Amino acid sequence: MEEKMSDKVLLAHGSGGRLSHDLIAGHLMPHLKNPILNRMDDSATFGLNCRVAFTTDSYVIKPVFFPGGDIGRLAVCGTINDLATSGAEAKYLSLALIIEEGFPIGDLERIVSSISTTAAEAGVVVVTGDTKVVDHGSADGIFINTSGIGVIPEGVDISGSGAKEGDRIIVTGTIGDHGIAVMAQREGLKFSVPVESDCAPLNCLVSDILGVSANIHSLRDPTRGGLATTLNELASQSGVGIQIYEDRIPVKDGVRGMCEILGFDPLYVANEGKMVIIAAPGDADNILDALHKNKYGKDATVIGEVTSKHKGRVVLKTALGASRILDMLTGDLLPRIC
Amino acid sequence: MKYIDEYRDTDLGKALIKRISSISKRPIKLMEFCGGHTVSIMKHGIRQLLPPTIRMLSGPGCPVCVTPVADIDKAVALARMPGIIIATFGDMVRVPGSGSTLQKEKADGADVRIVYSTQDAIEIARQNPLKSVVFIGVGFETTAPTVAASVLEAANEGLCNYYILSLHKLTPPVMKALLTSREIELDGIICPGHVSAITGSKPYEFIGAEHNISAVISGFEPLDILLAVEMLVKQIEEGRHVLENAYPRVVRYEGNRQAIDIMNEVFDAADSTWRGIGIVPDSGLRLKDKYSAFDSEKIFDIEPTDVKEHSGCICGDILRGVKGPHDCKLFGSVCDPGHPVGPCMVSAEGTCSAYYLYGGEDER
Repeated sequence: MEEKMSDKVLLAHGSGGRLSHDLIAGHLMPHLKNPILNRMDDSATFGLNCRVAFTTDSYVIKPVFFPGGDIGRLAVCGTINDLATSGAEAKYLSLALIIEEGFPIGDLERIVSSISTTAAEAGVVVVTGDTKVVDHGSADGIFINTSGIGVIPEGVDISGSGAKEGDRIIVTGTIGDHGIAVMAQREGLKFSVPVESDCAPLNCLVSDILGVSANIHSLRDPTRGGLATTLNELASQSGVGIQIYEDRIPVKDGVRGMCEILGFDPLYVANEGKMVIIAAPGDADNILDALHKNKYGKDATVIGEVTSKHKGRVVLKTALGASRILDMLTGDLLPRIC
Repeated sequence: MKYIDEYRDTDLGKALIKRISSISKRPIKLMEFCGGHTVSIMKHGIRQLLPPTIRMLSGPGCPVCVTPVADIDKAVALARMPGIIIATFGDMVRVPGSGSTLQKEKADGADVRIVYSTQDAIEIARQNPLKSVVFIGVGFETTAPTVAASVLEAANEGLCNYYILSLHKLTPPVMKALLTSREIELDGIICPGHVSAITGSKPYEFIGAEHNISAVISGFEPLDILLAVEMLVKQIEEGRHVLENAYPRVVRYEGNRQAIDIMNEVFDAADSTWRGIGIVPDSGLRLKDKYSAFDSEKIFDIEPTDVKEHSGCICGDILRGVKGPHDCKLFGSVCDPGHPVGPCMVSAEGTCSAYYLYGGEDER
């Protein structure tokens, strides 16, 4: 079927005039409607009588649709997970779309529908938003920004600086899935074991573990830069050493295979549905039990511990028993020659 | 994961280390030729686990690292020409030339694309008939046959906008040059794995025959390398100097005939400059005259540059195994993988990068 002009986003859709209203009313609102957004005021109003967490993130992924997710699901999960790292229950999201002229309206609607489904799964609502259209070439398809507000339960105080000597380090599942799924899709690499992005909202999972342990000291989602970079951030922020064990880190075979071929290390590959948990040693078993009951925590495992040695650094014990420093990601991940 | 886990078995690895420790009596120096070997040795912590009698040195087996500045400058000059698309493997984009990198040229508007294989580069040429696509051919005998195959493919389908900048290098000639210079006294060499899959083991027999140095071809998994080290130690302790193959699941005596034939059809061996080593006779590959239409150096007017190297960088000495990364005053201070000064810190297979990223606790 031939594409019609009206199947694409036009510059005029961002003019603020009739076409803008049509785009919002016809293609966005049907997916996102809720009592706060429906008022269509320039700002959302709601009451909160507690400590809140507030965060923002922008999403510029290519391709916008990938195995296991899309930019819409990513934009919701990323912000929810950032809130979850403070132990906050995500409540409200803002949604800003920057769309390149010519972007298919069908794709836009697919993305917004995915935003709606993911938000519903996580129990959050989009309460305010903005849409801009830019000239062809001024953006790459679609960019999304979301900000989120979450409520911090009484008594919860979680921070990247909270890790203490002796704490256990837990990762909630296999690492590297998201980065490898996106790269395989982007580069058209096909493997017999397809890898899907792990993109998922982790607010319920975090709430589950907060229910069984009052001694969770740090939480962080290992997104860009991967597990290695996140652990380095936590070691430096808390002023402690971190020791992890190579043979305890869960990695899917498909991810390992692709990393072997391209010369990547799964420890540096992005995740979008995993959490690193640092908690008191006595609570580790309870936390693992709770994680294993959640669909996003089935493969959770203890991968190491916090130590008073080598402060600010992460040391990896190799399977053969040697120790090496695990640094942050430096530069970009680039495929090797042979 | 099958074919990987078997060669990373922890118990077998520990048993091999024990055996090596028990048979190694006198102090020896071993060189691992390949960057892939260096990375694996560092990543699995093998250097730390070997007995103190064994010293491991890294060789010049990183294709990006041995590419001289003048050749990087050629790639940069091509990238600056209007109408040219540069197709390259990822490692190359960050290697500093005299004044720029392909990555910087890309930021300035050049069309530089990272590809995973020559097939991707050919496809770019098909889809951009009005542009000229230059593939930066870097690599040893492992990579050269695929580049040769792409030239044949382009010739067959009459694709006339596809070109090669052939910076390929051959391994036996440089090994010969290193051993003949006698700059370092080696007791044994861990010979290339993937390169030998193409060349076969025959080209390395001269190491024992002419230089009285023990040599073992090795794969890249920790058990492969430990087995090769054990075989080397045994040879040295017994006073034998022959070539042995610890990688028979991949390397045959005669090599991959088809790949060698394709390479010989398209390329002639030619003298080539190696960073840090200089001109090594017959150690490079030049497109044969009948394929000169694909030779970017013959088609485009690439002006020679005034080559500048960073004064403090000792990549050249490191590539010859004369010095190690820790002998460099830039290592870890001004030079790290985020801000590489020399190519050994840029490439994933570079010695400095491997030492920086995977060094032991006391090495940084």
